[in-house]
Amino acid sequence: MEIEVKQLKRASLVKVSGRVDSSNAPDLEKALKELMEQGQFRIVVDMSGLNFISSAGLRVLISAAKTCRRWNRGDVYLAALPQHIMETFELAGLTRVFKIFPDTVEAVGNL
Amino acid sequence: MEETSLYELTVPARFENLALIGDFISGVARRAGFDEKGVFNLQLACDEACTNVIEHAYGGGPGQIRIAVTVYPDRIQIQVHDTGRPFDPTTVRMPDLEAPLERRETGGLGLHFMRSIMDEVRFEFGEGGNRLTMVKRRTP
Repeated sequence: MEIEVKQLKRASLVKVSGRVDSSNAPDLEKALKELMEQGQFRIVVDMSGLNFISSAGLRVLISAAKTCRRWNRGDVYLAALPQHIMETFELAGLTRVFKIFPDTVEAVGNL
Repeated sequence: MEETSLYELTVPARFENLALIGDFISGVARRAGFDEKGVFNLQLACDEACTNVIEHAYGGGPGQIRIAVTVYPDRIQIQVHDTGRPFDPTTVRMPDLEAPLERRETGGLGLHFMRSIMDEVRFEFGEGGNRLTMVKRRTP
């Protein structure tokens, strides 16, 4: 798994690539927590390079989104989900509860 | 073709071996002719099963996971063996997939994935340890 964080004007952009499972989900959690501790609660997650995510990774995203949404201060926005990843979100019933965008440009433009 | 093929992998029960287990399952599933969606789902079900073993059966302590994959003409069977604590799936609360995000509980998703992806999920506990059997039939 690789994580790249970029600060945009209206949001933080987090690109997660590779494989997210129980071995590295805590690293993703740490990266998101650091942003939230800096007061960044509008987080766009670019998933275009993601090729696997297990429930351990989904749990991190759910928990970060809960924190970001508190007092309407932000959200975790998901962008560019590869097909199998989208199907995993569907299986978990998460496509209805996350805001999902076809790409990062559209995600950032809709904030 | 009536032939069956058996593939086995034994690894220390550690999270850092999940990627290796994933590569093993994907390789066998691909060779058995599953499409990319099937390969991905089998990898996901097995990842969740092995995560449970590492986390709950061994509680993060030392142990081995043995994975036996049998490819039959009409189905693939994945068996996961461990010698840790027996796992009672009836104690796991199924996640409420209709709940809004704020009320989502984070447990139970792994077992939900295993049950939704596979056609059969069976837990057995004996003197030799615990055995989880998961079967996926080929779609004609």
